[in-house]
Amino acid sequence: MSIASAYGLLGAVLVGLGLYGVVLQAEPLRRILAFNLLGGGIFLLFGVMARRGAGAGFSGDPVPQAIVITGIVVAFAATALAVHLLLRLQAARDEPVPPEEPRA
Amino acid sequence: MSGAWLLDGVLLLAVPAIALASLLSRRVLPALAAFVAYGLLLALVWMRLGAPDVALTEAAVGGGVTGVLLIGAAARLLMPAAAAPPGWPLRLLTALLCLGVTAGLAVAVLALPEPAPTLAPQAAEQLAATQLGNPVAGVLLAFRAIDTLLEAVVLVIAVIGIWGMAPDGAWGGRPGPVQPRLADGSVALLAMLLPPVGIVFGIYLAWVGADAPGGAFQGGSILAAMWILAWLAGLVRPPRIDSLALRLLVVAGPALFMLVGLAGFVVADGFMAYPAAWTKPVILLVEAALTLSIAVALCLLVAGWPMRRARA
Repeated sequence: MSIASAYGLLGAVLVGLGLYGVVLQAEPLRRILAFNLLGGGIFLLFGVMARRGAGAGFSGDPVPQAIVITGIVVAFAATALAVHLLLRLQAARDEPVPPEEPRA
Repeated sequence: MSGAWLLDGVLLLAVPAIALASLLSRRVLPALAAFVAYGLLLALVWMRLGAPDVALTEAAVGGGVTGVLLIGAAARLLMPAAAAPPGWPLRLLTALLCLGVTAGLAVAVLALPEPAPTLAPQAAEQLAATQLGNPVAGVLLAFRAIDTLLEAVVLVIAVIGIWGMAPDGAWGGRPGPVQPRLADGSVALLAMLLPPVGIVFGIYLAWVGADAPGGAFQGGSILAAMWILAWLAGLVRPPRIDSLALRLLVVAGPALFMLVGLAGFVVADGFMAYPAAWTKPVILLVEAALTLSIAVALCLLVAGWPMRRARA
């Protein structure tokens, strides 16, 4: 088995672990964390495809590599949005309830 | 050769172990610490897969900036007493289903076609036309420029989404919680020592990305990390979000990229095509603007939404 396939199996394991966390973790922050573990596994599978496509003097197919770079940054943007939604929800719970609208 | 096998063996065992530790840890902070280590180990895996550009991105964004974001959130979130964990039948069922997903992916990995389909020869053939030495930069800024443009736009949209969470009355103020000035401690020391080196390194990484591993995302995230460090130490404050300069900085990269893309209709062969004689200078200009906008957007994504009533 080539080393790329071994890392491919690692990617498959990470996807399974991350998925388990996303489904079963109780705390939302831990779910976001598990989502990032899952993402790491999926990116790794891309990396394996890139490595297997090495050729023409390159150590890997540059197209999937470039897509993974974009993917990592987009995953960060999604994570940031989710984390701030959590923080905002908590702040909303602490905010004083606005006074009732006067009846017309 | 045996040394490389040793490294592969250690990585193949350590990465799932640290992922499992992050997943099963009872408390949040150890789970997050394990996650940062997971990102750094994955960066090593990317080196072993011959992808130094991805390794830099994973280390800087996947481990570093995401780690700062999550740890900062964990410090602010009140963790409610954990609800009773689901019973063992549900956990077992979930574990079996996840195992099924892993098994399916493993079969797919082992059944990949030989020889592997690849675009490397085409990329190599066309790379000379871009005058770039780094094939990944060629893909990001020329062959698949539309993906990179959309991704830069995603960052802007995420910033708008987070700003949109501002409570009534706080709109326009400075984003994020107030960071008290740290007088001493490791963060205060690092915030003074690292940025001069880090800023030079970030700019270098963005510049060298045309011909060697690096580029706008890697350089931009190092620059962002330097500002975040100074912010956490209370040395700098984010500008108000109604500042025109800040807004222009956030959109400068994608806007310039889009303008260059549209100009391609007139001066080259179509959307996002570059005029042959000017390819490299145009790419460098776009990359410089993207680096700046990515750095500012990453800082704002970590800082958050304006919380305090803005002073008029």
